[in-house]
Amino acid sequence: MAKKHTVSETNETISAVITALGEGAVGIIRISGTEAAAIGDKLFRSASGKKLTEHTPHLLVYGHVVDEENSKIDEVLAVYMQGPHSYTAEDVVEIQSHGSLQSLKTILGLTYKMGARPAEPGEFTKRAFLNGRIDLIQAEAVMDIIKSRSEASLKMAVRQQDGQLSKKIKGLRRNLLDIVVNLEAVIDYPEEDIEEITFNTVSEGMEKVKQELEYLLKHAHTGKILREGLQTVIVGRPNVGKSSLLNALLSEERAIVSEYAGTTRDVIEEQLLLGSVPLVLVDTAGIRQTEDYVEKIGVARSKERLDKAELAVVVLDGSQPLNEEDEEILNAVAGKPCVIIVNKGDRPQVNDLTALQKRFGKDRVLLLSAKTGGGLEQFTAWLQSYVYGSEHAISGGAYVQNTRHENLLREALLSVEEAIRAAASMLPYDCLVIDLHKAIDAMGLITGDTLQDEIINEIFSKFCVGK
Amino acid sequence: MYITDNYDVVVIGAGHAGVEAALAAARLGGRTLLATLSLDNIALMPCNPSVGGPAKGHLVREIDALGGQMGLTADEACIQMRLLNTGKGYAVHALRAQADKPFYHTLMKQVVENQENLDVKQLMIDRLLVENGAVVGVEAETGEVFEAKCVILATGTYLRGRIVYGQVNYESGPNGLRSANKLSSSLLEHGVELMRFKTGTPARIDARSLDYSRMEAQYGDEQVRNFSFMSTITERKQIPCWLTYTNADTHKIIRDNLHLSGMFNGMIEGVGPRYCPSIEAKIVRFADKERHQLFVEPEGLRTNEMYVQGMSSSLPAHVQLQFMQTIPGLENCRMMRAGYAIDYDCLDPLQLQRTLEHKAISGLFSAGQANGTSGYEEAAAQGLLAGVNAMQKIRSKEPLILSRSEGYLGVLIDDLVTKGTNEPYRMMTSRAEYRLLLRQDNADLRLTEKGRAVGLVNDVRYEAFTAKRSLLERTLQNLSSTHLPPNAEVLAKLAELGTAPIRSGMSLLDLLRRSEMTYEKLQQAFEVPELPEVVAEQVEIFAKYEGYINKQKQEVEKALKLENKKIPADIDYLSIKELSSEAAEKLAKVKPASIGQASRISGVSPADVSVLMIALEVMRRKEYES
Repeated sequence: MAKKHTVSETNETISAVITALGEGAVGIIRISGTEAAAIGDKLFRSASGKKLTEHTPHLLVYGHVVDEENSKIDEVLAVYMQGPHSYTAEDVVEIQSHGSLQSLKTILGLTYKMGARPAEPGEFTKRAFLNGRIDLIQAEAVMDIIKSRSEASLKMAVRQQDGQLSKKIKGLRRNLLDIVVNLEAVIDYPEEDIEEITFNTVSEGMEKVKQELEYLLKHAHTGKILREGLQTVIVGRPNVGKSSLLNALLSEERAIVSEYAGTTRDVIEEQLLLGSVPLVLVDTAGIRQTEDYVEKIGVARSKERLDKAELAVVVLDGSQPLNEEDEEILNAVAGKPCVIIVNKGDRPQVNDLTALQKRFGKDRVLLLSAKTGGGLEQFTAWLQSYVYGSEHAISGGAYVQNTRHENLLREALLSVEEAIRAAASMLPYDCLVIDLHKAIDAMGLITGDTLQDEIINEIFSKFCVGK
Repeated sequence: MYITDNYDVVVIGAGHAGVEAALAAARLGGRTLLATLSLDNIALMPCNPSVGGPAKGHLVREIDALGGQMGLTADEACIQMRLLNTGKGYAVHALRAQADKPFYHTLMKQVVENQENLDVKQLMIDRLLVENGAVVGVEAETGEVFEAKCVILATGTYLRGRIVYGQVNYESGPNGLRSANKLSSSLLEHGVELMRFKTGTPARIDARSLDYSRMEAQYGDEQVRNFSFMSTITERKQIPCWLTYTNADTHKIIRDNLHLSGMFNGMIEGVGPRYCPSIEAKIVRFADKERHQLFVEPEGLRTNEMYVQGMSSSLPAHVQLQFMQTIPGLENCRMMRAGYAIDYDCLDPLQLQRTLEHKAISGLFSAGQANGTSGYEEAAAQGLLAGVNAMQKIRSKEPLILSRSEGYLGVLIDDLVTKGTNEPYRMMTSRAEYRLLLRQDNADLRLTEKGRAVGLVNDVRYEAFTAKRSLLERTLQNLSSTHLPPNAEVLAKLAELGTAPIRSGMSLLDLLRRSEMTYEKLQQAFEVPELPEVVAEQVEIFAKYEGYINKQKQEVEKALKLENKKIPADIDYLSIKELSSEAAEKLAKVKPASIGQASRISGVSPADVSVLMIALEVMRRKEYES
């Protein structure tokens, strides 16, 4: 037998849901690495009150997952497997929950907060191999996974080149880099005739980046969606079938639907899971208010709701020509995250779909029939890729859509905040740039840029220095 | 062929790299030969008359901490010393000295001539002698053979050196010295890969011909400082430098004559450094800049030659004079030497190990400009390391390898052997990711123990060092265990010091962390012992920087895990099919010693690193099974 030893790249603790995502089934979250036991103890409360690691290893323990405020998240079974007697040969904690997506995501989110990072595809297996757990034949499979993953992410990176998010982050990184390059140039060339960057410029520059990062993170899709659901509004003029769509989505006849506008009144908010995307349909009462209400509040109200939403589902009636009110709504959502549902797809269509597609993007205009359910699957597929990312992902606004990106941006924000504090307490440049470098590095991991020689190249291209 | 003598180490070249290499080898007990083209030019400063500056000053301190010579000699030959970057943080504080060039040479010549175990000879070395992949000696143009266990190339800009003034060019080393032409061919014959680099130097003008009233004087610091931890110099004559600027007239003359510049007419084939652009390059690249500053610097106390810093040029001599005379203070200047460009052969440093030994030729070391770097300090630092490692090899001892977190010397060598360089490499503080740890003030705390371990640090230095270190440790211990109570007496003292009152007990160390506090202020108010200035400074830095220093230490720890994963030298990268082809080629060339080093090679992605780790594990297990 091969000698046991640990050769993981770093001792970082990783976690992931290791079962297929889907409502109903039991879901398992695996945490592996040096911090696994500590994280397990922090988030698990057994019925007896003992810590997870105080129970016999390898035995399932009944209890609850609790969040940082000690409130119960879910009823679970947990098991602690001390390394090397685990899949990865590291310390491992596995949590079996009821498997609702919401619950799994919340628990996963907690593990991140407590110091784990998301596992990369194949990473548990990679560690298992590096730690001497699995045999040689599997090694090649692991290398293949890594290779294909890097190719896939390369493709993704290329695709994202033109993406809004990528552009945005590159821009923010650029802003910080400009500051750093200025500071580094005066450090390495103290006697050169370089216009020294003022303290105010540095502070203002960092503050601006901080705010933008905060904005991005506040609107960061995945993480927030995982925690709270995607805040979605359904907008459309009366009688285009908003309620029918809502019902079709809910798959139940909860509301009264008729041919006449304004016949529905019901709940204010609905939560549902579409595919693996948790949706929160906001202000559905608005949809179900009387005709009078809609007329009274009308488009102004719609606009207000639009501003708050993370996704606007615009419903049009495909069997009737677009009228002024439709146009007003379409104008209101232009530039915002939205999807255009052309409803009543079971009837003869009178509108020019290609014109709409040109305006909003090909994949964002979907023909659907709330009545027959035709097109619902496409809508679900679109939603999945919109939230979790795929080639269609980032064609709209600059939204952070992936947990890794979100974590990196959070790291960048923390570093910028530290740098701002350092500047405020008048710490010198040599300290200040440490945090700025960290922030730039974190953002570079998203955009695929490395700092290595960049700063030096910049100094020479921007400043005329040298004997 | 006549075998003249038999040495442990032969050093080719007696510039800044060669001198340190030879001294280190001899001081470690090796019979050493230092061969130079001219005994009159040992430790010549063919370019600027200064030592130090950001990162470079740090290197001088490191050389000194390891038991090298440069700092001591620079202190003695110094005619002006300044501490730069004082407002930008301790990590980037940098000493810079103006040196009396001829005196520096004279002092260094004395040191090498009087060094035990060291022979200094004027010789042109033509051939490197290699047998079965290992160096066995060198052959001089006289036909003499000097056998050697190790040979250190410190050839500077002399290998097929060629000087260009405008459209005139001829084979030459710097300052009209001979160039070494045959040695290049000999290296090529042995499979050494060479590159062609370029550098340049500005004109020297006559001190009597300058109008000093038209220039701004720049004096040294009043406080006398030294590079060396061992120097005791407390008084020194300080000679000023002079600041002035180019103007539109200067630029016009240069522009009108660009076609005559070696840099622009295609005559120079070597790659020049970006940080050291000629004045014509500056004017072309930064066309909208209205003026460029220049410093006129004395070359020594007993010469009228003045160095015109910032005006390096390969324009014809008459054009150089013409544009210099447009500059305030230089209107009537007389040129004593024209500026010139020089191109030369150097080794591609990717062929080297981190010991500076050639990967394919055992016993062949190289250092300085021969490795594609630039600067006296960079050269000296490599020379010292090459000299030490040649002797470690001969004595079958562990080589001296510094990591990126231990010294600028570690960063310098890791960059060279991992990334290579496509221009003369200059050390900059921004190249060091652990800059806060690599301060000039703590070079001794970082490195003297290592210098002692290899045997380069003598008893006197070591005793001074350990005394300083234990005083520092005692003081820190004291300050952290002495707590001030928040009573009336203490509060009154704090008010007097102009610092905020305390609410609960506070240690003196925590009090010192406050930005307005200094050790001197602590002394005024409380019972703390008098400390030598350097120790008090260390205490303050420790108190104020601890948070950031720990932050960097954590990063070092993290990186160390990858540095500790060694890669066997015989691994066949091209057979690992999951590696990208670019990565496989680069890895095969660099032959990184560890996963950490592999991850710094450009073109090696994180996925490649993962693949590499798995491949290593596969190999290890196959070996284990068989």
